[in-house]
Amino acid sequence: MRRYFGRKLLIYLLTLFLAVTIDWLIPRFMPGDPVDVLMARAGSFAESTELMHAYYTQIFGLDVPLGQQYLNFWSALFRGDLGISVYVFPQPVAKVIMDAVPFDILLLVPAILLSWLAGNWFGAFAARSKRLDNTVLPLGYVLTATPYMWLAMLLAWALGIVLKIFPISGGYSYAMSPSFSWAFIGSFLEHWFLPFASLFLVGFGGWAIGMRNMIIYELEADYSHYLEALGAPRRLVRRYAFHNAVLPQLTGLALQLGVIVAGAVATEVVFSYPGIGYLILQAINTRDYFLLQGCFLFIIVGVLLANFVIDIVYVLVDPRTRTGMQGEAA
Amino acid sequence: MSTRILKVLSVVVILSVFLAACTSATATQPAATQTPVIQIVEGTPQVVIVTPTPGPEAVTFERSETLYTGGTQWGPPTGFNPWNLGNYAMGTFGLCYEPLFIYDPLADEFTPWLAESGEWTSDNVYQVKVRQGVTWSDGTPFTGADVKYTFDAAQEAPVGISPVWDFLGSVDLVDDFTVNFTFDQALYQGWSYYVYSTPIVSKSRWETKSVEEFTSGLNPEPECTGPYVAESLDQTKVVWAKRDGWWATQALGLDPKPTRIVDIVNSGNNNVALGMVLQGQFDLNNNFLPGISRLVEGGYGVQTYYPGVPYNLSANTAWLLMNLTKKPMDDPAFRKAVAYAIDVSQIVNVVYANMVLPANPTGLLPTWEKYIDQAVVDELGFSYDPGEARQLLADAGYQDIDGDGFVEAPDGSTIELRINNPNGWTDWMESNRVIVNGLQAVGINAQTNFPDFPEYLSQRNEGTFDMMIANDAQIASTPWRYYLWMARNPIEDIATMQDGNYGRYNNQEVFDLVDQLDQVPIDDVAGMQAIISQLQRHFLTDMPLIPLWYNGMWSQVSNQYWTNWPSSAEGAPHWTPSSWRGYWNMTAIRMLTDLQPVEPAD
Repeated sequence: MRRYFGRKLLIYLLTLFLAVTIDWLIPRFMPGDPVDVLMARAGSFAESTELMHAYYTQIFGLDVPLGQQYLNFWSALFRGDLGISVYVFPQPVAKVIMDAVPFDILLLVPAILLSWLAGNWFGAFAARSKRLDNTVLPLGYVLTATPYMWLAMLLAWALGIVLKIFPISGGYSYAMSPSFSWAFIGSFLEHWFLPFASLFLVGFGGWAIGMRNMIIYELEADYSHYLEALGAPRRLVRRYAFHNAVLPQLTGLALQLGVIVAGAVATEVVFSYPGIGYLILQAINTRDYFLLQGCFLFIIVGVLLANFVIDIVYVLVDPRTRTGMQGEAA
Repeated sequence: MSTRILKVLSVVVILSVFLAACTSATATQPAATQTPVIQIVEGTPQVVIVTPTPGPEAVTFERSETLYTGGTQWGPPTGFNPWNLGNYAMGTFGLCYEPLFIYDPLADEFTPWLAESGEWTSDNVYQVKVRQGVTWSDGTPFTGADVKYTFDAAQEAPVGISPVWDFLGSVDLVDDFTVNFTFDQALYQGWSYYVYSTPIVSKSRWETKSVEEFTSGLNPEPECTGPYVAESLDQTKVVWAKRDGWWATQALGLDPKPTRIVDIVNSGNNNVALGMVLQGQFDLNNNFLPGISRLVEGGYGVQTYYPGVPYNLSANTAWLLMNLTKKPMDDPAFRKAVAYAIDVSQIVNVVYANMVLPANPTGLLPTWEKYIDQAVVDELGFSYDPGEARQLLADAGYQDIDGDGFVEAPDGSTIELRINNPNGWTDWMESNRVIVNGLQAVGINAQTNFPDFPEYLSQRNEGTFDMMIANDAQIASTPWRYYLWMARNPIEDIATMQDGNYGRYNNQEVFDLVDQLDQVPIDDVAGMQAIISQLQRHFLTDMPLIPLWYNGMWSQVSNQYWTNWPSSAEGAPHWTPSSWRGYWNMTAIRMLTDLQPVEPAD
């Protein structure tokens, strides 16, 4: 057991190191320079650009050779310093990300969990009913296959612009300052609904199809036929099929929860929702190396943690993993 | 033994997971919808982004007393540091920090603001009498020491106004309210820009700050001499609250009516802004909103500065820059042909639906009209004439050798040009297509090219572009700044200076004329005209860049809650109707003091 986890841990650390290195490299391959963008925004006193450009290049640590920049990056990282953002200069990257994370969590956790629950339930249910399978399931296919951008814009157009039920942009009303009050929570929920609904619909379709296919597969498996031959009631057979079918769905769920801090880029762009996804787009547009690095770092750590948790959960829920491990230890 | 325990344990875990999954299929759904609601309640306090004065109770702004503005901030506002030029919260300079003078570009006049007067007491000494009876919002009195400190500090910290020390010698206090600026070289034109563009900060508040706090500080609680103090800011907006005891109420009888000003960050989506203008959610919006002309004339309650064409004042000149270090743009005849090939009227009429004006061949903004030498324009100016363009090309030896419909250079090499503008700037992208069509029609093989903004910048700075659209020289007190932009030198430093002349136009005579112009006193209009006339001759002869149209000072206002907006109409206030950075100090602050609330009809 210890050897198993020891080896896993080593692999995870190695992956972390490589992923973070790539994370550092990628923004620097893009054409364009963050300080140029910062200076172009300053505008009115352009004659000071030369002076300020040199100064800020130094502040951002971009005046040293790339190798040195890479080493500085790691040493700053170990001190918990993610740098200063260019997009929202001069806020520290860590703070910018922390301000955005609550929006992601409040949007994505309910969307992922609810669509998982509802999708699996509905998929399992549909697998039992020919009529549902023939009518509603195709709708699930349409939902998952719809380009997300388009679906989200349709929702915004129909419910926001035509029916004027929901606001179409922002995280809460412009007439409010964030506060702990019912008025604010109401406004937050109003702005939250459309992004949530779009994510839920797409997720729901995917989970439902997955579950429906798995159930049909499991019902055709030998053990199901064997149980039936033994005269087990249909309910029992179906329950066993469901238990087996839900395993891969669990992995999928954990993976989705792992990338939660990545936000949902398309959703947040369409609805101008102030989460990490929105930040990633802005960071790319302003060549904000530091913010981009920070966002990706969060994603990397999230994915690795989720994988690690799945490893542990699998040891607990899937006997085959455990047997394999012990065979090794013996 | 342990295997059995594990097995039992795992069965329990599996069963519980499965049971949860099965029962949850029906039972937990209502419960699950509950959970996130609770999370939201708990999580809400974290949503508070940056609130200098976090109020525990909910604040909803009274609509009839609040002015909603938009169009300035392209990202979350990050504090109130007036030296953080591109990112300070809207209004930091203008509503809070104030200049010595405000400049009125429409009347070409300076109005004393924090200064009571300013005059040249000798050739190189400028004396400012500082206004008395002004207090900072933290209660300390404002004196000449603050003015001296502001300029002195810029010698230490690299900020926007630092280059003033290239020609400024010293700043001295004569008495508490008199400041002498002694210049090594009196550059009257250049200095005229600093007197209305420098935010004066409080010495007592800033002298303890480090250079880093000047250049990279947030300044979360700014001290203000202006009519508003910072109330709060978050990711989507900044909120200003009116303060009692603004000096101008007593001294000039000016009183801004809105008790709050809320500036909303651009959503990156013009349709959202347009919808908010139509719904009256914005009182003043300074975004470019395509098709606004139809709304102005269609009775939607939307107003612009001019009731008809061109609807907006002009804010800057859009040019086609050509890279003079590359062939064939190094040939003046070729550049001239390009100028004749562009149908600017199509850009103005079709792309902008007449929301902009075509540029004068000199590129000088309408507010600088008195500096245009019409004789030079008549002699050397250009207009859309594809026949003339073809003739110019043919005369200079450009002809189609290989029969592909496009001309080759006189040395036989093929010409393939790309015209850059940033991706997503849709009005420029459409204009770019018009330009490309014009060039192709006369046989020049040009294509549109839309790199994203940072790449557009690096191609511009490094001089690797062929042609590009740009509009960097803004409306200002002196046309000298316009020529300064076009004649930045030396050429080898363009990449690091990043302040104009990206086409690398190299003409020492022009550089000298621009330097001469800087030394002409600002009230010597004839002296300025004489030099500017020579400059116009050079630019129209060499044609290093092509002025195309005047970008508008986009401004759409709603009369639903506030009225008496700036307008060209007789009897209406003639101020710049813009919340953009650098416009409050160009009389936009007077727009606030002239606004009247609309009485609610009950």
